[in-house]
Amino acid sequence: MERIIRRLGAWALSKVRTMGRMVLFLIESLYLVFVPPFKHRYLFRQIRFFGTKSLIVILLTGAFTGMVLAIQLYYTLRKFGSDALLGPAVALSLIRELGPVLSALMVTGRAGSALTAEIGIMRISEQIDVLTTMALNPLRYLSVPNIVAAIIVFPLLAAIFDLIGIYGGYLVGVKLLGLSSGTYFSQMEHFVEMSDIRMGLYKSISFGVIVSWVSCYKGFHTDETGYGAEGVSRSTTEAVVMSSVLILIWDYFVGSVLV
Amino acid sequence: MIEIIGLEKSFGGQKVLQGVDLKIADREVIAIIGESGGGKTVLLRHLIGLMKPDKGSIMVDGADISTMSKRELDKIRDKFGIVFQGSALFDSMTVFENVVFPLREKTDLDETEILQRGKSALEDVGLRGIDDKYPSEISGGMKRRVALARALILGPSTIFFDEPTTGLDPIIMNAIHKLIISTHEKYGFTGIIISHEIPEVFEVADRVAMLYSGRIIASGTPHDIICNKDPFVKKFVSTCRDADVSCG
Repeated sequence: MERIIRRLGAWALSKVRTMGRMVLFLIESLYLVFVPPFKHRYLFRQIRFFGTKSLIVILLTGAFTGMVLAIQLYYTLRKFGSDALLGPAVALSLIRELGPVLSALMVTGRAGSALTAEIGIMRISEQIDVLTTMALNPLRYLSVPNIVAAIIVFPLLAAIFDLIGIYGGYLVGVKLLGLSSGTYFSQMEHFVEMSDIRMGLYKSISFGVIVSWVSCYKGFHTDETGYGAEGVSRSTTEAVVMSSVLILIWDYFVGSVLV
Repeated sequence: MIEIIGLEKSFGGQKVLQGVDLKIADREVIAIIGESGGGKTVLLRHLIGLMKPDKGSIMVDGADISTMSKRELDKIRDKFGIVFQGSALFDSMTVFENVVFPLREKTDLDETEILQRGKSALEDVGLRGIDDKYPSEISGGMKRRVALARALILGPSTIFFDEPTTGLDPIIMNAIHKLIISTHEKYGFTGIIISHEIPEVFEVADRVAMLYSGRIIASGTPHDIICNKDPFVKKFVSTCRDADVSCG
């Protein structure tokens, strides 16, 4: 019995320690965002990495999410005789919720995992140690550009996801199900407010911080999850799972506070 | 001067370093030899401040780096150059970008000067025409040379070599050793080589220290080590004793 409690205690302590280290990692990275020298070259590279390279997946998922949403909402709204509200229903669902969340999850799968693997390989091949021994702060080169790039790129990707999703909803609602184009858009204009767009924006920014923070942290601490390729594989999986779960948990909290 | 005093380090319950004592004089080249997995790399990581000891101290020019703040340690690290075991070149940069990286990040030199110094450093290590290649496109021996050029470019007073010839064929190994000798003559750095390449490393080192069971059990010139009476040292350097070495 004593052994079980001891093990449980050790496990809890290690989790608390990890959480503490993660928070310190984020605080130091955020601090370095505002302290020169700034590494613009690395920032532009990471904007391309997070943004341009994720565009196709965002366009595809955005379009199909909007289309599925339109089909589902149309049949529900028609039961209440409110099918004219399809446009705002699709737009509000995308702008407030699905756009930021799904685009963040897509970028986590595409870029977050790759980022953890890249930093993880740098860790096990001693490239991060090279920076440290050159008296250069590795966070400035590897974490800060990613966090800033994610803060810039995530809202833009969510906006593209929203736009293409609304257009996907239009194709299904108007072209397939026969709703009038004017109804679809005019009602949208009436119901979607600035506060809805702001909420989507806040969510995207915070998701950007979560994904880049978790991915970088897991990459930096690859050597703690295992050795060599196995360690990289494990830390990559952990980064994707943790980022995805945190996105959904944080989405709930932000949604309930800013409702 | 670097002085290691009573250095101890454990991982879990396993004691890797159990009181290492060693003095390294300025401008000498010392080889720290020992079995694989015997704690040589752990010792090196302490010397460059990547690990903190459980006990003991590491004095660099009279200051204990094991108790220093990060900022103070960074000042000491500015005097160091390190050639890591796997070369540790940045994968996403070309050979030239790797070599001039310290210049770009730590100096205010203009691009013309950086270009000139980068070319010169690569020539010093015998490399030409591979500036635009990526680390994945060059051989293991070339990678070590590039890593040495990068370590040399800021003119450090001490260079650490972590197993600089492991995994290389005898010809390339010999070439890397000759390169260490020639660059040492030109730049006059203190060289600390972690190696288990016996007897080849004896040709490079002024002095050799043998790490065994977490302690330095013998230290002296290569000849002293070859002729040492300690049973483990004797066993470890047995290949050299077969050679034409007189131990009087």
